[in-house]
Amino acid sequence: MLDKTALTEMMRRMLRIRHFEEAVINLVERGEIVGAAHSYIGEEAVAVGACMALRDDDWMTGNHRSHGHPIAKGGNVRTAMAELLGKRTGICKGKGGSMHLADFSIGILGESGILGSSIPVAVGAALGSRLQGNDRVAVCFFGDGASNEGAFHESINLAAIWKLPVIFLCENNQYAVTSSFKEMVASDNISDRAAAYSIPGVLVDGQDALAMHEAVTQAVARARSGQGPTLVEGRTYRYYDHSLGLGRIVRDSYRDDDELEQWRQRDPLDIHRAHLIEQNIATPEELDALEAQVKAEIEEAVTFARESPYPDPSEVWEDMFADPIPLE
Amino acid sequence: MVTQTQTRNITYTQAINEAMREEMRLDERVFIMGEDIQKGVYGASGGLFAEFGGERVRDCPLSENAFFGAAVGAAAVGMRPIVESLSSFMWVGMDQLVSQAAKMRYMFGGQVNLPIVYRAAMYYGGSMAAHHSDRSHPLFMNIPGFKIVFASNAYDGKGLLKSAIRTNDPVIFWEDRTILGARAEVPEDDYSIPLGVADVKRQGSDATIVAIGGMVPRALTAADALAAEGISAEVIDPRTLVPLDKAAILKSVAKTGRLVVVDMAHKTCSAASEIAAIVAMEGFWDLQAPIQRLGTINVHIPFSPALEPLCYPTNESIAEAVRTTMS
Ligand SMILES: Cc1ncc(C[n+]2csc(CCOP(=O)(O)OP(=O)(O)O)c2C)c(N)n1
Ligand SMILES: [Mg+2]
Repeated sequence: MLDKTALTEMMRRMLRIRHFEEAVINLVERGEIVGAAHSYIGEEAVAVGACMALRDDDWMTGNHRSHGHPIAKGGNVRTAMAELLGKRTGICKGKGGSMHLADFSIGILGESGILGSSIPVAVGAALGSRLQGNDRVAVCFFGDGASNEGAFHESINLAAIWKLPVIFLCENNQYAVTSSFKEMVASDNISDRAAAYSIPGVLVDGQDALAMHEAVTQAVARARSGQGPTLVEGRTYRYYDHSLGLGRIVRDSYRDDDELEQWRQRDPLDIHRAHLIEQNIATPEELDALEAQVKAEIEEAVTFARESPYPDPSEVWEDMFADPIPLE
Repeated sequence: MVTQTQTRNITYTQAINEAMREEMRLDERVFIMGEDIQKGVYGASGGLFAEFGGERVRDCPLSENAFFGAAVGAAAVGMRPIVESLSSFMWVGMDQLVSQAAKMRYMFGGQVNLPIVYRAAMYYGGSMAAHHSDRSHPLFMNIPGFKIVFASNAYDGKGLLKSAIRTNDPVIFWEDRTILGARAEVPEDDYSIPLGVADVKRQGSDATIVAIGGMVPRALTAADALAAEGISAEVIDPRTLVPLDKAAILKSVAKTGRLVVVDMAHKTCSAASEIAAIVAMEGFWDLQAPIQRLGTINVHIPFSPALEPLCYPTNESIAEAVRTTMS
C-alpha cells in the first residue's frame, strides 16, 4: 500500500504535468515554443501511476507525447521547459525539443518521435539488466497507434522468449491523430494481444492513478523476479488536439464533444484528489496549497527557460560522437 | 637486433572471429546478437558460443528491428553489443539504425555513448540476385552518427574490428564476402588499427586508384597489368569511410595527378562519388586529367551468371579507367 507521502507525491506529479502542459499551451500560442508539441492533459494518471511503481534507477522510454513521462518519473521541469524553448540549459542542450526529452541521470533513455521506435530500446535496456546481473526493469510508453507497428510485436516477442524485465505500457487514448483504435486494432483491447506472446495482458482504468499503480506494481514484481514482461493497457483520453495547433489543420471532427465531456467527468486529477480527501490523507486546503506550490514551480521553470541563453552556434558541432572525428 | 614477430596465416573470416573472441575475453561487456550465430552458420561466429555461452552469444528471432534496437538499449545502459547481420537485412532494421543508433547521442545532447558494432556481411558477385546483394555503405555515409569500416583483408579486418569494438560510438563494419576467404599474415600479438587511417596498398607515381573492400584486390590486379604497360599506379585503401582519411588521398593525388575511384556500390551517390567530389574541390590544381569514378551500373543485381558480372567494376574496367586518365 502507498503511504501518505507517496500518495501526495502522486498528486504532485499529476499537478506538475497538468500545469506544465497548460504553460506549454500558452507558450505555443505565443509562438515561444516552435515546432510540434503534444499535450498529455487528460492522461496524467497513466504515466504517474506507472512511474510511481518504479525505482529511480529503473529505465524508461517514451514517445512523441513526451512531457508527461519524464515528469512522472521525477524529471526536472526547469530543464524540460528550457529544452522546449530550445535553450542550452535544456536537458538535451536544445537538440531534442518537445518530442525528444531524455534524462539519463534518472533512467530516462529518451522519448521518440518515430512511433514504436523506442520500444526495442527498452527491451535492450532490460537485456542490459540481465547481462549485468541487476534487477532494474524497463518501462516503455507507447500509444494505441504505435501498438500496430512491427517494432512493438517484434519487441514483445523478443522480451517474452528471453523473459526480460520489460513493462510494455500502452497508453490507449483511443485515437492515433484522427484514427480510432476501434477501427485500427483487430482485437477489442490492446492488452488482448499479450495472449499471442504468452505473457500477461491487463486492461486498466487509465484515469485512476491508483489502479495504474497497482497493475504496474504487479508487472514490475513479475519483471524483477525474472518472470518476464507484461503488457499493460491504460485506457485514457486526451483532452486537446493530437498536436497543439493541429485543430487548424484537421477540419472534419473525428470525435464528438459528448465523448470528450464524458471523459472530462472522469478527470484523473479530480479522481485522485477525491480519493485523498475521502481517505483522510489530505484536506482540500492542503491540496490547494500543493497546487499553488506546483504552479509557482512551473512559473519559475518558464522564467528559467525564458531567461536561459540559446546554444552558442559552435554547439551545433558538438555531441555527435563520444570519440570525436573531424566533421564538416 | 631484429625482433621477429610471430605471425599466422588466417582468412578474413577467421580474423573477424579472433577479433571478437579476443575482445570478449578482454571485456565482459562485449556480447553478440544475431541469427543462427550459436551454430556459427556464417563462419565468423564459430566457436564463440562454446567459449562464452548463450548469455553472451545470443541467437535472435528473425526480428531485425527488435535486436538492432535492443543493441541500442543495451549499449545505452553500459554494454558493448556486437550485432551480426547481412547488408541486405539492414533495410529491415533500418529504423533502429537511423532513428535510434545514429541519432540518439546528438539528439539527447551527448547524454549517452553507444558502443555498438553492426557487422554486415556483404554478398555480391555470388548469384544471390537483387535481394541479397546490397552494397549500401554510401547510404550510411549520408547518415551522421556512424563510423563506417570497410576492410579489404584479414590483417586490416582484425585490427579494425578491434578498434571498432573499442570505440564508444556506433560502427557499421562491412564484411565483403568476395574476399572473406582470402588469407593474410596476422601478428600473434594483440594489435589494432586506428579508425581513419588509409593504407597505401601499392606505391605508384602515375595515377592513384582509391578502392575499398573487394575492389582493392581488383585494383591491385589492374595495377599489375598497367605496370606491364609502363604505367605506375598507386593503390590507396581508405579502410574506413567515416572517418575518411582525406589527407592520404589528397597527398597521393598531389604526387600522381590522376585519380580513379572504385566502389562496388551503385555509382550514383556512391562512396566513390564522395571521394571524387572531395578531390575535385580540394585537389583540383593537382589534377592533370578528369577524375574517373567506377561503380556498379544503376540496375538491380541480376541473378544470371551471364549478367551479374556486367554490373560491377572489374580488373579490366579499372585498368581502362586509369588508361583514360593517362591519355
Ligand atoms: C513511424 C511513425 N509513423 C507516423 C508518425 C506520425 N504520427 C505522429 S503521432 C501519430 C499518432 C500516434 O498515435 P498513438 O500511438 O496512439 O499516440 P498518441 O498520439 O495518441 O498519444 C502519428 C501517426 C510518426 N511520428 N512515426
Ligand atoms: Mg493514441
